[in-house]
Formats: sequence, C-alpha cells, structure tokens
Amino acid sequence: MLGRGADPPLAGRAVLTARVIPCLDVDAGRVVKGVRFQGLRDAGDPVELARAYERQGADEIVMLDVSATPEGRHNARDAVSAVRQTLGIPLTVGGGVRSVDDAGALLEAGADKVAANTAAVSRPELLGEIAGRFGRQCTVVAIDAAANGETWEVVTLSGRRRTGLDAIHWAVRAVEHGAGEILLTSWDRDGTRSGYETGLIAAVAAAVPVPVIASGGAASPAHLVEALRHGADAVLAASIFHESDYTVGDVKQAMAGAGIPTRPVPGHTQGSHT
Amino acid sequence: MTVPDVVVCRTGTANLASVLAALRRAGGLPRTGRSPDEIRAATHVVLPGVGTFGAAMDTLREAGTADALRQHIDSGKPLLAICVGFQLLCRSSEESPGAAGLGLIDDGVARFPEGVRVPQFGWNSLAPGSGCRTLVAGHAYFANSYRLESVPRGWCAAMADHGGPFVAALERDALVACQFHPELSGCWGEALIRRWLAAPC
Repeated sequence: MLGRGADPPLAGRAVLTARVIPCLDVDAGRVVKGVRFQGLRDAGDPVELARAYERQGADEIVMLDVSATPEGRHNARDAVSAVRQTLGIPLTVGGGVRSVDDAGALLEAGADKVAANTAAVSRPELLGEIAGRFGRQCTVVAIDAAANGETWEVVTLSGRRRTGLDAIHWAVRAVEHGAGEILLTSWDRDGTRSGYETGLIAAVAAAVPVPVIASGGAASPAHLVEALRHGADAVLAASIFHESDYTVGDVKQAMAGAGIPTRPVPGHTQGSHT
Repeated sequence: MTVPDVVVCRTGTANLASVLAALRRAGGLPRTGRSPDEIRAATHVVLPGVGTFGAAMDTLREAGTADALRQHIDSGKPLLAICVGFQLLCRSSEESPGAAGLGLIDDGVARFPEGVRVPQFGWNSLAPGSGCRTLVAGHAYFANSYRLESVPRGWCAAMADHGGPFVAALERDALVACQFHPELSGCWGEALIRRWLAAPC
C-alpha cells in the first residue's frame, strides 16, 4: 500500500493517490510568504491563488492563519468563506484554533477540516472534543517538530517554545485523542528549501495509522517525491508554488515518473472527464 | 428548464458550506431543511453527513425526517446521499452497533481492514459498472473510515479499492448515493452534481 515505503509502486492498479497540497499562509486575509513567519511579504489574494492551484491539479488546499490580531483572525475567516464559494476541492484551515467553537466557526465558514496545533499540545482533550462534535475526519493535528539529537521535539507558538515533548510520542497520543490526520512540519527545514526531513516523516508515518502530510523544506518536485517515498501520504508546499518555480502539474509529472499514484491534472486526463 | 428546488437535509453535525457552494456552482438553488414539510416541498433532496452514523440517525428520527425521506425516495424523486448520508441508507454500521439505518440498502457498512490508512483521505479512482448513468469513471475525493464491501442486489455500482474493493457509489433511477464527496471532487464532482440535478423529477 501507499505510504509504507517497502511496497513496490502500484502504477496501473486503482489505489488511493498521493495528494499534493499547496499551502496558503494568510495574514489578515491576504496570502503572505516568509521564512519561518519572519519578514512576511504579500503573495496575493487567497481566492485567486486557491482557484489557480485547483486548476493546476492541486488535490487539497491548506490555509494557515498567521494573523496576530483579532481583526486579522476575523478577516481570515472571511477569506475562508470567500475561498469556499469558488473552490471545488477540500479545504483544511489552521491557526489559532483554541476551542471547539473556534473549530465550528471555521467549518461553518467553509473549511472541511480544522487543524489544531499549540492549543492541542497544551490541552490534548481539545482534539477529542473536535472529533466528538464534528468527526475524526474533520480533526487534524498540526505538529511542528525540531531536531534534538537523534530525535525530534515538538515546538509551539510558531517555533518560539520548545516543549520537551517527543514528536513521535505526541503524534501517537494525538491520534488516540481523536486526530484523523497529522500535518507534520519540520521546523528546521521550513522555509529553507533544503528538502523535507525524511527521517521524521518515516518515523511518524510508521507510528500512526492515520494519514501524514509532510511539510517544510520543499524546493523541487524531487523533494516532494522523496517525502512520499519515505511514507508521507500527502505533501504540502508553499513557496515553490507561490514563486511559480513549479506548478502542481510539474510535481505530478515527477510523481508519475517515479511510479507514485497521482490524480491526473483536470483537463489532461485520458477521456475520463466529461 | 426550471431551476431545481434543492433541500439539503440538516443531519445535525454536517458541515454544509461546501455542499451548498457546490450546488450553487452546479446551477441549483439550495437551502437547508429538516422538517417533513420542507422535505416534501423539495424537488431534489441532498442527504449529506459527517459525524457518526448513530447520532445522524437519531437526528433524522427525532424530527420525523426519516419517514419523509423514505416517501421522497419511494415516489422516485431525486436524492443525492453523500458519505455518511450514503451509509444512513444502509441497514447498520459497525461505527454505531445497535443503531438502525434507513434500510433502503439491505446490508451493513464495516470498517476498512487493518494495514491501510484509516481514515481514507484523498482521491481514489472509480470504476462504474454497466448501467451507471450519473456515475462515470474518474477520481473522487473520499474521507471515510467505514464502507460497504459488496454491491447490493438491484443497484448499479461504481467500485474503488482501499485494502480491497469497496462500493464507491450506487445509483438507481434518480437516487445517487456516493461514499465520496462530489462537492469536493473538483470539476469531475461538479459535473456529477449537474447530471443529478438534470434528473427528471
């Protein structure tokens, strides 16, 4: 099966395909980009970008609200609503989710899944509360991890706080509490364009039964392929798409070339479209 | 052609924004409702659903919605069931032992086997059987932990594979039941919704 590394490629057999997920970091309703959330620059309108990525063949969109103020949060919620009107693929939203009500507000605005990060580390029961009300398939735990010798440590508050928690243990516990998916970001690699932290991906993917989205460090289609080969079920990237270095289609071509099952880019299928 | 009058059934915890937006993009005029009167007034009914099988059935029984849905289906009017909505048409689910579904499909849904990622999150390809009209080949977006394993008698089915074959969708006349989310399945999903909206009612 997909995601366990040792199996041969499954080209030709119908299986669940590996997802390519462009990420929109949103500050006060605008897409921004920057290394580790420092030196943010405007990168465009979330509605236009999300729609463009869907056309390129994106399998899902993640929006992370990095706003530091209540007005910013309010604008981000409006952005979710606006994106939902035009977007025909799944939308996961994270950033500042501290309660079931925060999650409910984002789902009502048009998110399909909600990601909790810092608040879930402080109070893991939050994941169970979100899963209990809206279902495990709506509940994503976002884990930021930084290397600490041979292991990885969970960091929170946009990397400002080291928690002392082992990232793999936290992943397992988060799933026990109710998380249906893990958005796993390497804090050391994020924004560095030096490739994903494949050791971290492989360790977490082997430890949990739920899907793992790899994040942090992508600079080329080869990096995304590498993360999938190490057990990720989906790959997330921001800057390589925002900078127009590569399209989602370029990534999918590289995946197909490596024997990784992908969903064809809409409009480029072999007669399966109507 | 008149614009279909679509009621999206509120099953309790379902997040409806994506379903409503997709119906509007496909040319429908959707509103939400749950009372028997609201269901009876609709030409088309959508039965969405996230959350658990048991909780959704409790909600449907409480308001008399379950009977109104049966009448809507029995009269041959178009119904689109999505994800847990599909499972609610079945007899039972391993997710909520002891809870009875609508029973239109005389079989129960069971959890995916060990050894595959659960929930199944992502795009899987559909192989429609002969006789399918609304269901066509393509990739659809799934988010489910439970599924129907074999095709019930009297239905046209599209199959997919996740640790073994499972029923991705069923259709019979104007009733289309999708284990996947057509509202999140891009332009392929939008085309499916358009075909369903065009069903005579």
